[in-house]
Amino acid sequence: MKSFTYERARQPAEAAAAAARTQGAKFIAGGTNLLDLMKLEIETPTHLIDVNGLAFDKIEPTPDGGLRIGALVRNTDLAADARVRRDYAVLSRALLAGASGQLRNKATTAGNLLQRTRCPYFYDTNQPCNKRQPGSGCSAIGGINRQQAVVGASDACIATHPSDMAVAMRALDATVETVRPDGGARQIPIAEFHRLPGDTPNVETALDPGELITAVTLPPPLGGKHLYYKVRDRASYAFALISVGAIVQPDGSGRVALGGVASKPWRIEAAEAELPRGAEAVTAKLLADAKPTSQNDFKLPLVKRTLAAVLAEARG
Amino acid sequence: MPNSRDPDVFRRDLLVSAAASAAVMTAPSLAGAQQAGSAVPAMKVSFTVNGKTRDLQVDTRTTLLDALRESLHLVGTKKGCDHGQCGACTVIVDGRRINSCLTLAVMHQGGSITTVEGLGTPDKLHPMQAAFVKHDGYQCGYCTPGQICSAVAVLGEIEAGIPSHVSTDLNVKPQATAAEFRERMSGNICRCGAYSNIVEAITEVAGRKA
Ligand SMILES: Cc1cc2nc3c(=O)[nH]c(=O)nc-3n(C[C@H](O)[C@H](O)[C@H](O)COP(=O)(O)OP(=O)(O)OC[C@H]3O[C@@H](n4cnc5c(N)ncnc54)[C@H](O)[C@@H]3O)c2cc1C
Ligand code: SF4
Ligand code: FES
Ligand code: FES
Repeated sequence: MKSFTYERARQPAEAAAAAARTQGAKFIAGGTNLLDLMKLEIETPTHLIDVNGLAFDKIEPTPDGGLRIGALVRNTDLAADARVRRDYAVLSRALLAGASGQLRNKATTAGNLLQRTRCPYFYDTNQPCNKRQPGSGCSAIGGINRQQAVVGASDACIATHPSDMAVAMRALDATVETVRPDGGARQIPIAEFHRLPGDTPNVETALDPGELITAVTLPPPLGGKHLYYKVRDRASYAFALISVGAIVQPDGSGRVALGGVASKPWRIEAAEAELPRGAEAVTAKLLADAKPTSQNDFKLPLVKRTLAAVLAEARG
Repeated sequence: MPNSRDPDVFRRDLLVSAAASAAVMTAPSLAGAQQAGSAVPAMKVSFTVNGKTRDLQVDTRTTLLDALRESLHLVGTKKGCDHGQCGACTVIVDGRRINSCLTLAVMHQGGSITTVEGLGTPDKLHPMQAAFVKHDGYQCGYCTPGQICSAVAVLGEIEAGIPSHVSTDLNVKPQATAAEFRERMSGNICRCGAYSNIVEAITEVAGRKA
């Protein structure tokens, strides 16, 4: 690990300004992704700003009947919150399907959204990787790419975003709230938060340098059945091959977001109009532009069958 | 041996036997942590470990795991993967189990840490430690301190009503079942595969509590 100086943030706007001003600065929250990557020198901050002292650890009702989740709320606490379990169960389920009990006790809402890909070549600093080292090439294209994206990828990068929580937040149409280095606040719809790789896979989100996430807000409860199915190589403590988060209403309408298929949670609202016609019709629209590799083309039928199982359970 | 449980003596014995059994055995965390010649940012931090206040001066890069093992010689807590993937380093911080390898010592100013050494003593084992012994919940024992810290916290999490991936209804209190223990303990890997005996040990302690 490269050496770094360390400070504890006292005030959000001050922390954002310090992060923008200080060369090589990064925020640290739970540390469960950042420290992992720092040990491998994939991330090499020279200054850490510990945000854990900021008062972003509450879940509060919003005036319109939704919920405001502080950026520092731990994954365990978010999954266990009585309001989330009752009204946003897809979010509880997604969180509980991720990582381990120990990791969820530390992992924060903001840190989870900002966790980086698990592409094995991103992790192997001896291999070219455009995300880690822009312009060096993509080892996964033509390499081992069973885990990689099937849709929305580019010639520069075919990595997936590994978060389970983000898939549920996309189905719920959450909003990310931030404070910028100039002290101004901003709201970013979750649909626009994560980016497709294009020519710059190193740029992963809509955040500006130094911009600090303060909260994620959920709109008022949608009702319906909330389901999150995650398919992985072992039954627990493994990242998704694919996942399906869904909210299905009694009349058969609903929302569907996918994990493990793209560099962001994958949702196409127009595909949801096909829900009454079943999983095959929805999947055909959701993955119409899919370009799988010979190693990960199994993800297409896997999405279809998992969605079919989700819809069957929703019907009861 | 006057005091075979003295941590310094115990550690020295370990290092001697490690050196004897392997030609090149360095302390990787220490070797990796120092950069020759460069000024290394160091900081003071103080927290309590097993009820005792500890004041340390550490390189900012020091993980809580390395602070416990290398600075405080509490070598019960183990380093398996150093990347959050095995659970050998599990300790209880401010009442919650975490992976001590993925957190910095300087992030725990004023914190309260319990390691396996703080749960019980060799003469007065914690019920979970006693149950692991009784049910043979280990073979080599390397994962065991992490398993025990995790298991103690798991029972607390079930008690507190925190749901898991296998809880069928999110809106009712989770039960202390073997299926729940298996899921909740999945962050603790045992290379020796002592899993079924570990579940039996936890089941016994859970039953005793109920
Ligand atoms: C073995 C293992 C298995 C895992 N399995 C899963 C899994 O199955 N599913 C899953 O979804 N996840 C999984 N994870 C990932 C885990 O969910 C993330 O590591 C965690 O959510 C990151 O949160 P954190 O608070 O620890 O982030 P940190 O490591 O503290 O930070 C991550 C990033 O976010 C930035 N950041 C943090 N807070 C803010 C803020 N407020 N504003 C702006 N930037 C901020 C940091 O600068 C850093 O770049 C796994 C992790 C491990 C180690
Ligand atoms: S898929 Fe993306 S992250 Fe993986 S090697 Fe290619 S550029 Fe790097
Ligand atoms: S050493 Fe911390 S999880 Fe393996
Ligand atoms: S007892 Fe050997 S690793 Fe678990």
